[in-house]
Amino acid sequence: MTLALDLGLDLAFGALILATALAAVAGQGLFRAVVFFITYGLLLALVWARLGAYDVALAEGVIGAGLTGVLLLMAQGRLRRADALADPPARGKLAAALAGASVTAALVWAWFTLPLPQRIDLDAPMAASGVENPVTAVLLNFRAWDTLLESIVLLAALVGLWMLARDAEWRAPLGPGFHARAGGVLSVFGRLLPPVGLIYGVWLVWAGADQTGGAFQGGTVLAAVILVAMMAGLARAPRVGAPAWHAALAFGPGVFLLAGIAMIAVGGGFLTLPPEFAKPVTVTIEAALTLSIAVTLALLVVGPPEQQNGGGT
Amino acid sequence: MPEGLADIATIVLTGIGLVFFLAGTVGLIRFPDVFSRLHALTKADNLGLGFIVLGAGFQADDWTQLAKLGLIWALALLAAGTVAQLVARAALRQEGRE
Repeated sequence: MTLALDLGLDLAFGALILATALAAVAGQGLFRAVVFFITYGLLLALVWARLGAYDVALAEGVIGAGLTGVLLLMAQGRLRRADALADPPARGKLAAALAGASVTAALVWAWFTLPLPQRIDLDAPMAASGVENPVTAVLLNFRAWDTLLESIVLLAALVGLWMLARDAEWRAPLGPGFHARAGGVLSVFGRLLPPVGLIYGVWLVWAGADQTGGAFQGGTVLAAVILVAMMAGLARAPRVGAPAWHAALAFGPGVFLLAGIAMIAVGGGFLTLPPEFAKPVTVTIEAALTLSIAVTLALLVVGPPEQQNGGGT
Repeated sequence: MPEGLADIATIVLTGIGLVFFLAGTVGLIRFPDVFSRLHALTKADNLGLGFIVLGAGFQADDWTQLAKLGLIWALALLAAGTVAQLVARAALRQEGRE
Protein backbone atom coordinates (compact mmCIF):
# COMPACT_ATOMS: atom_id res chain seq x y z
CA MET A 1 0.00 0.00 0.00
CA THR A 2 2.70 2.50 1.02
CA LEU A 3 4.92 1.18 -1.78
CA ALA A 4 2.20 1.83 -4.36
CA LEU A 5 1.60 5.30 -2.85
CA ASP A 6 5.32 6.09 -3.00
CA LEU A 7 5.55 4.94 -6.59
CA GLY A 8 2.46 6.94 -7.52
CA LEU A 9 3.88 10.06 -5.87
CA ASP A 10 7.25 9.63 -7.59
CA LEU A 11 5.57 9.14 -10.97
CA ALA A 12 3.42 12.23 -10.38
CA PHE A 13 6.50 14.29 -9.48
CA GLY A 14 8.36 12.99 -12.54
CA ALA A 15 5.47 13.87 -14.84
CA LEU A 16 5.00 17.31 -13.25
CA ILE A 17 8.72 18.12 -13.54
CA LEU A 18 8.81 17.08 -17.21
CA ALA A 19 5.64 19.09 -17.90
CA THR A 20 6.88 22.27 -16.16
CA ALA A 21 10.30 21.94 -17.85
CA LEU A 22 8.61 21.65 -21.22
CA ALA A 23 6.30 24.56 -20.45
CA ALA A 24 9.32 26.68 -19.46
CA VAL A 25 11.23 26.15 -22.71
CA ALA A 26 8.43 25.70 -25.23
CA GLY A 27 5.67 28.17 -25.89
CA GLN A 28 5.56 31.96 -26.07
CA GLY A 29 6.17 34.65 -23.52
CA LEU A 30 9.18 35.29 -21.32
CA PHE A 31 7.21 35.93 -18.13
CA ARG A 32 5.32 32.64 -18.47
CA ALA A 33 8.61 30.81 -19.06
CA VAL A 34 10.14 32.29 -15.89
CA VAL A 35 7.10 31.37 -13.80
CA PHE A 36 7.28 27.79 -15.04
CA PHE A 37 11.03 27.74 -14.40
CA ILE A 38 10.43 28.71 -10.75
CA THR A 39 7.71 26.06 -10.38
CA TYR A 40 10.09 23.53 -11.92
CA GLY A 41 12.79 24.45 -9.37
CA LEU A 42 10.39 24.10 -6.44
CA LEU A 43 9.24 20.67 -7.65
CA LEU A 44 12.88 19.64 -8.05
CA ALA A 45 13.58 20.75 -4.47
CA LEU A 46 10.69 18.56 -3.26
CA VAL A 47 12.14 15.58 -5.12
CA TRP A 48 15.62 16.15 -3.64
CA ALA A 49 13.99 16.23 -0.21
CA ARG A 50 12.19 12.97 -0.97
CA LEU A 51 15.57 11.44 -1.88
CA GLY A 52 16.91 12.52 1.53
CA ALA A 53 19.33 15.08 0.05
CA TYR A 54 18.10 17.93 2.28
CA ASP A 55 21.12 20.19 1.68
CA VAL A 56 20.64 19.95 -2.09
CA ALA A 57 16.88 20.43 -1.69
CA LEU A 58 17.42 23.61 0.31
CA ALA A 59 20.01 24.90 -2.17
CA GLU A 60 17.73 24.15 -5.14
CA GLY A 61 14.78 25.80 -3.40
CA VAL A 62 16.48 29.03 -2.32
CA ILE A 63 19.07 29.44 -5.10
CA GLY A 64 17.81 27.41 -8.08
CA ALA A 65 14.16 28.41 -7.84
CA GLY A 66 14.15 31.48 -5.58
CA LEU A 67 17.21 33.53 -6.41
CA THR A 68 17.57 32.52 -10.06
CA GLY A 69 13.84 33.06 -10.49
CA VAL A 70 14.07 36.60 -9.11
CA LEU A 71 17.14 37.29 -11.28
CA LEU A 72 15.19 36.19 -14.36
CA LEU A 73 12.15 38.26 -13.34
CA MET A 74 14.33 41.34 -12.88
CA ALA A 75 15.89 40.71 -16.29
CA GLN A 76 12.40 40.37 -17.76
CA GLY A 77 11.41 43.68 -16.19
CA ARG A 78 14.50 45.34 -17.66
CA LEU A 79 13.70 44.00 -21.11
CA ARG A 80 10.11 45.23 -20.75
CA ARG A 81 11.27 48.72 -19.82
CA ALA A 82 13.59 48.67 -22.85
CA ASP A 83 10.71 47.47 -25.09
CA ALA A 84 12.76 44.42 -26.06
CA LEU A 85 10.37 41.68 -24.94
CA ALA A 86 9.79 40.17 -28.38
CA ASP A 87 10.22 36.40 -28.62
CA PRO A 88 13.40 35.31 -30.39
CA PRO A 89 13.02 34.17 -34.02
CA ALA A 90 12.10 30.50 -34.51
CA ARG A 91 15.54 29.74 -35.97
CA GLY A 92 17.24 30.72 -32.70
CA LYS A 93 14.83 28.50 -30.80
CA LEU A 94 15.65 25.55 -33.02
CA ALA A 95 19.38 26.01 -32.36
CA ALA A 96 18.74 26.23 -28.62
CA ALA A 97 16.55 23.12 -28.73
CA LEU A 98 19.28 21.22 -30.62
CA ALA A 99 21.93 22.33 -28.11
CA GLY A 100 19.68 21.35 -25.19
CA ALA A 101 18.89 17.96 -26.74
CA SER A 102 22.62 17.31 -27.32
CA VAL A 103 23.44 18.05 -23.67
CA THR A 104 20.64 15.72 -22.58
CA ALA A 105 21.90 12.98 -24.93
CA ALA A 106 25.47 13.41 -23.60
CA LEU A 107 24.21 13.15 -20.02
CA VAL A 108 22.22 10.01 -20.80
CA TRP A 109 25.30 8.52 -22.47
CA ALA A 110 27.46 9.42 -19.44
CA TRP A 111 24.87 7.94 -17.08
CA PHE A 112 24.98 4.57 -18.82
CA THR A 113 28.73 4.40 -19.57
CA LEU A 114 30.41 5.79 -16.47
CA PRO A 115 30.98 3.26 -13.68
CA LEU A 116 28.97 3.73 -10.50
CA PRO A 117 31.11 5.58 -7.95
CA GLN A 118 32.55 3.48 -5.16
CA ARG A 119 31.03 4.21 -1.79
CA ILE A 120 33.65 6.33 -0.03
CA ASP A 121 34.20 5.66 3.65
CA LEU A 122 33.86 9.10 5.23
CA ASP A 123 34.08 8.01 8.88
CA ALA A 124 37.79 8.71 9.43
CA PRO A 125 37.95 12.02 7.52
CA MET A 126 34.67 13.18 9.11
CA ALA A 127 36.14 12.67 12.58
CA ALA A 128 39.01 14.99 11.64
CA SER A 129 36.81 17.61 9.94
CA GLY A 130 35.47 19.16 13.15
CA VAL A 131 31.88 19.28 11.84
CA GLU A 132 29.01 16.78 11.71
CA ASN A 133 27.39 17.66 8.39
CA PRO A 134 29.30 15.81 5.64
CA VAL A 135 28.19 18.37 3.04
CA THR A 136 29.76 21.20 5.05
CA ALA A 137 32.92 19.12 5.58
CA VAL A 138 33.23 18.55 1.83
CA LEU A 139 32.52 22.18 0.90
CA LEU A 140 34.78 23.92 3.42
CA ASN A 141 37.42 21.32 4.24
CA PHE A 142 37.95 18.44 1.81
CA ARG A 143 37.20 20.48 -1.33
CA ALA A 144 37.84 23.98 0.03
CA TRP A 145 39.60 24.97 -3.21
CA ASP A 146 36.34 24.58 -5.16
CA THR A 147 34.39 26.67 -2.69
CA LEU A 148 37.05 29.39 -2.56
CA LEU A 149 37.00 29.68 -6.34
CA GLU A 150 33.18 29.65 -6.35
CA SER A 151 33.08 32.59 -3.98
CA ILE A 152 35.48 34.47 -6.28
CA VAL A 153 33.40 33.55 -9.34
CA LEU A 154 30.35 35.13 -7.67
CA LEU A 155 32.33 38.34 -7.20
CA ALA A 156 33.50 38.23 -10.82
CA ALA A 157 29.88 37.80 -11.95
CA LEU A 158 28.88 40.95 -10.06
CA VAL A 159 31.78 42.94 -11.53
CA GLY A 160 30.80 41.66 -14.99
CA LEU A 161 27.21 42.80 -14.39
CA TRP A 162 28.33 46.27 -13.33
CA MET A 163 30.40 46.54 -16.50
CA LEU A 164 27.13 46.42 -18.44
CA ALA A 165 26.16 49.83 -17.05
CA ARG A 166 26.15 52.78 -19.44
CA ASP A 167 28.74 55.49 -18.81
CA ALA A 168 26.06 58.08 -18.15
CA GLU A 169 24.46 55.87 -15.49
CA TRP A 170 27.66 54.77 -13.75
CA ARG A 171 27.19 57.18 -10.83
CA ALA A 172 23.47 56.38 -10.39
CA PRO A 173 22.36 54.09 -7.55
CA LEU A 174 22.30 50.39 -8.42
CA GLY A 175 19.12 48.88 -9.77
CA PRO A 176 15.90 50.15 -11.30
CA GLY A 177 14.90 52.21 -8.25
CA PHE A 178 12.38 50.75 -5.83
CA HIS A 179 9.34 52.72 -4.76
CA ALA A 180 7.12 51.81 -1.84
CA ARG A 181 4.31 53.98 -0.47
CA ALA A 182 5.09 55.04 3.09
CA GLY A 183 2.79 53.03 5.37
CA GLY A 184 1.64 50.81 2.47
CA VAL A 185 1.56 47.01 2.52
CA LEU A 186 5.06 46.66 1.14
CA SER A 187 6.67 48.89 3.74
CA VAL A 188 4.84 47.00 6.50
CA PHE A 189 5.97 43.68 4.97
CA GLY A 190 9.51 45.05 4.77
CA ARG A 191 9.43 45.72 8.49
CA LEU A 192 7.91 42.40 9.54
CA LEU A 193 9.93 39.98 7.44
CA PRO A 194 13.60 41.00 7.96
CA PRO A 195 13.79 40.09 11.69
CA VAL A 196 12.47 36.59 10.98
CA GLY A 197 14.70 36.27 7.91
CA LEU A 198 17.79 37.41 9.81
CA ILE A 199 17.28 34.82 12.53
CA TYR A 200 16.51 32.07 10.02
CA GLY A 201 19.48 32.92 7.77
CA VAL A 202 21.99 33.04 10.62
CA TRP A 203 20.53 29.85 12.10
CA LEU A 204 20.85 28.05 8.75
CA VAL A 205 24.57 28.88 8.68
CA TRP A 206 25.16 27.99 12.31
CA ALA A 207 23.18 24.76 12.11
CA GLY A 208 24.95 23.95 8.83
CA ALA A 209 28.00 22.73 10.72
CA ASP A 210 26.08 19.79 12.12
CA GLN A 211 22.81 19.51 10.19
CA THR A 212 21.23 20.66 6.97
CA GLY A 213 22.19 24.20 6.01
CA GLY A 214 25.28 26.21 5.21
CA ALA A 215 26.75 29.46 3.96
CA PHE A 216 25.08 29.39 0.54
CA GLN A 217 21.58 28.61 1.80
CA GLY A 218 21.82 30.99 4.76
CA GLY A 219 23.46 33.67 2.61
CA THR A 220 20.61 33.48 0.11
CA VAL A 221 18.02 33.95 2.86
CA LEU A 222 19.97 36.98 4.09
CA ALA A 223 20.18 38.29 0.51
CA ALA A 224 16.37 38.09 0.41
CA VAL A 225 16.25 40.13 3.64
CA ILE A 226 18.45 42.82 2.06
CA LEU A 227 16.26 42.85 -1.07
CA VAL A 228 12.99 43.07 0.88
CA ALA A 229 14.43 45.94 2.92
CA MET A 230 15.46 47.75 -0.28
CA MET A 231 12.14 47.14 -2.03
CA ALA A 232 10.26 48.39 1.02
CA GLY A 233 12.34 51.56 1.01
CA LEU A 234 14.07 50.81 4.33
CA ALA A 235 17.52 50.57 2.80
CA ARG A 236 18.74 52.57 -0.16
CA ALA A 237 20.50 50.79 -3.03
CA PRO A 238 24.20 51.75 -2.90
CA ARG A 239 26.25 53.22 -5.74
CA VAL A 240 29.19 51.42 -7.31
CA GLY A 241 32.15 52.27 -5.11
CA ALA A 242 30.38 52.50 -1.75
CA PRO A 243 33.25 51.46 0.58
CA ALA A 244 31.20 49.55 3.18
CA TRP A 245 29.46 47.48 0.50
CA HIS A 246 32.75 46.75 -1.26
CA ALA A 247 34.28 45.62 2.02
CA ALA A 248 31.32 43.29 2.58
CA LEU A 249 31.71 41.88 -0.94
CA ALA A 250 35.41 41.08 -0.51
CA PHE A 251 35.26 40.01 3.13
CA GLY A 252 34.33 36.35 2.58
CA PRO A 253 36.82 35.45 -0.16
CA GLY A 254 39.44 37.51 1.72
CA VAL A 255 38.97 35.69 5.01
CA PHE A 256 38.88 32.38 3.11
CA LEU A 257 42.22 33.14 1.39
CA LEU A 258 43.88 34.40 4.59
CA ALA A 259 42.66 31.35 6.52
CA GLY A 260 44.07 29.13 3.76
CA ILE A 261 47.46 30.86 3.97
CA ALA A 262 47.40 30.76 7.79
CA MET A 263 47.03 26.97 7.57
CA ILE A 264 50.48 26.82 5.93
CA ALA A 265 51.90 28.65 8.93
CA VAL A 266 50.41 26.20 11.45
CA GLY A 267 51.81 23.24 9.59
CA GLY A 268 48.99 22.07 7.34
CA GLY A 269 49.22 23.30 3.78
CA PHE A 270 47.25 25.85 1.76
CA LEU A 271 43.62 25.26 2.78
CA THR A 272 44.57 22.02 4.57
CA LEU A 273 42.84 22.23 7.93
CA PRO A 274 44.63 20.42 10.80
CA PRO A 275 42.01 18.61 12.92
CA GLU A 276 42.66 20.67 16.06
CA PHE A 277 41.73 23.93 14.27
CA ALA A 278 39.17 22.48 11.87
CA LYS A 279 35.98 23.51 13.67
CA PRO A 280 36.82 27.16 14.51
CA VAL A 281 38.39 27.78 11.10
CA THR A 282 35.43 26.21 9.26
CA VAL A 283 32.92 28.26 11.23
CA THR A 284 34.92 31.48 10.74
CA ILE A 285 35.16 30.96 6.98
CA GLU A 286 31.44 30.12 6.79
CA ALA A 287 30.43 33.22 8.73
CA ALA A 288 32.60 35.49 6.56
CA LEU A 289 31.43 33.79 3.36
CA THR A 290 27.79 34.16 4.39
CA LEU A 291 28.08 37.95 4.61
CA SER A 292 29.72 38.19 1.18
CA ILE A 293 27.33 35.71 -0.44
CA ALA A 294 24.34 37.62 0.95
CA VAL A 295 25.56 41.00 -0.31
CA THR A 296 26.77 39.66 -3.67
CA LEU A 297 23.54 37.82 -4.43
CA ALA A 298 21.41 40.79 -3.36
CA LEU A 299 23.39 43.18 -5.58
CA LEU A 300 23.24 40.70 -8.48
CA VAL A 301 19.45 40.83 -8.28
CA VAL A 302 19.38 44.62 -7.89
CA GLY A 303 21.39 44.84 -11.11
CA PRO A 304 23.66 47.44 -12.67
CA PRO A 305 23.19 51.16 -12.00
CA GLU A 306 20.24 52.46 -13.96
CA GLN A 307 18.85 55.95 -14.49
CA GLN A 308 15.76 55.84 -12.31
CA ASN A 309 12.53 56.80 -13.97
CA GLY A 310 9.95 55.08 -11.83
CA GLY A 311 10.49 51.58 -13.15
CA GLY A 312 9.79 49.22 -10.27
CA THR A 313 6.92 49.21 -7.86
CA MET B 1 -3.66 2.69 8.02
CA PRO B 2 -5.10 5.17 10.50
CA GLU B 3 -4.26 4.35 14.09
CA GLY B 4 -6.03 6.33 16.76
CA LEU B 5 -7.62 9.72 16.81
CA ALA B 6 -4.53 11.73 15.82
CA ASP B 7 -4.23 9.99 12.46
CA ILE B 8 -7.94 10.36 11.74
CA ALA B 9 -7.74 14.06 12.63
CA THR B 10 -4.77 14.45 10.28
CA ILE B 11 -6.57 12.75 7.41
CA VAL B 12 -9.77 14.74 7.89
CA LEU B 13 -8.09 18.13 8.34
CA THR B 14 -5.59 17.64 5.50
CA GLY B 15 -8.48 16.51 3.31
CA ILE B 16 -10.41 19.70 4.08
CA GLY B 17 -7.26 21.67 3.29
CA LEU B 18 -6.98 19.96 -0.09
CA VAL B 19 -10.60 20.83 -0.89
CA PHE B 20 -9.76 24.51 -0.33
CA PHE B 21 -6.72 24.24 -2.58
CA LEU B 22 -8.84 22.58 -5.26
CA ALA B 23 -11.48 25.31 -4.98
CA GLY B 24 -8.78 27.99 -5.14
CA THR B 25 -7.27 26.43 -8.24
CA VAL B 26 -10.66 26.16 -9.97
CA GLY B 27 -11.29 29.81 -9.07
CA LEU B 28 -7.90 30.84 -10.42
CA ILE B 29 -8.63 29.18 -13.73
CA ARG B 30 -12.34 30.01 -14.09
CA PHE B 31 -12.79 33.53 -12.64
CA PRO B 32 -12.97 36.34 -15.18
CA ASP B 33 -10.50 39.03 -13.98
CA VAL B 34 -7.39 39.56 -11.88
CA PHE B 35 -9.26 40.74 -8.78
CA SER B 36 -11.69 37.86 -8.45
CA ARG B 37 -8.91 35.40 -9.26
CA LEU B 38 -6.81 36.91 -6.46
CA HIS B 39 -9.80 36.65 -4.14
CA ALA B 40 -10.18 32.94 -4.92
CA LEU B 41 -6.49 32.24 -4.66
CA THR B 42 -5.58 34.00 -1.42
CA LYS B 43 -8.66 33.08 0.59
CA ALA B 44 -8.55 29.44 -0.44
CA ASP B 45 -4.78 29.13 -0.12
CA ASN B 46 -4.65 30.65 3.33
CA LEU B 47 -7.45 28.47 4.67
CA GLY B 48 -6.20 25.42 2.79
CA LEU B 49 -2.68 25.77 4.15
CA GLY B 50 -4.13 26.45 7.60
CA PHE B 51 -6.05 23.15 7.57
CA ILE B 52 -3.01 21.26 6.25
CA VAL B 53 -0.82 22.78 8.98
CA LEU B 54 -3.46 21.84 11.57
CA GLY B 55 -3.54 18.32 10.19
CA ALA B 56 0.24 18.02 10.17
CA GLY B 57 0.26 19.42 13.70
CA PHE B 58 -1.42 16.23 14.95
CA GLN B 59 1.69 14.32 13.83
CA ALA B 60 4.16 16.66 15.61
CA ASP B 61 6.43 15.06 18.22
CA ASP B 62 6.84 18.10 20.43
CA TRP B 63 5.88 21.75 20.71
CA THR B 64 8.89 23.02 18.73
CA GLN B 65 7.58 21.25 15.62
CA LEU B 66 4.14 22.73 16.27
CA ALA B 67 5.70 26.17 16.60
CA LYS B 68 7.59 25.76 13.33
CA LEU B 69 4.41 24.65 11.53
CA GLY B 70 2.61 27.66 12.98
CA LEU B 71 5.40 29.97 11.85
CA ILE B 72 5.24 28.55 8.31
CA TRP B 73 1.53 29.28 8.19
CA ALA B 74 1.97 32.78 9.60
CA LEU B 75 4.72 33.63 7.10
CA ALA B 76 2.73 32.21 4.19
CA LEU B 77 -0.30 34.30 5.28
CA LEU B 78 1.83 37.43 5.50
CA ALA B 79 3.46 36.84 2.12
CA ALA B 80 0.21 35.86 0.36
CA GLY B 81 -1.64 38.86 1.76
CA THR B 82 1.10 41.28 0.77
CA VAL B 83 1.56 39.81 -2.69
CA ALA B 84 -2.20 39.90 -3.33
CA GLN B 85 -2.26 43.63 -2.51
CA LEU B 86 0.73 44.30 -4.75
CA VAL B 87 -0.65 42.32 -7.67
CA ALA B 88 -4.01 44.08 -7.32
CA ARG B 89 -2.28 47.49 -7.28
CA ALA B 90 -0.24 46.61 -10.35
CA ALA B 91 -3.42 45.47 -12.13
CA LEU B 92 -5.21 48.70 -11.15
CA ARG B 93 -2.32 50.74 -12.48
CA GLN B 94 -2.34 48.80 -15.73
CA GLU B 95 -6.04 49.57 -16.16
CA GLY B 96 -5.25 53.22 -15.51
CA ARG B 97 -7.63 53.38 -12.55
CA GLU B 98 -5.02 54.76 -10.16
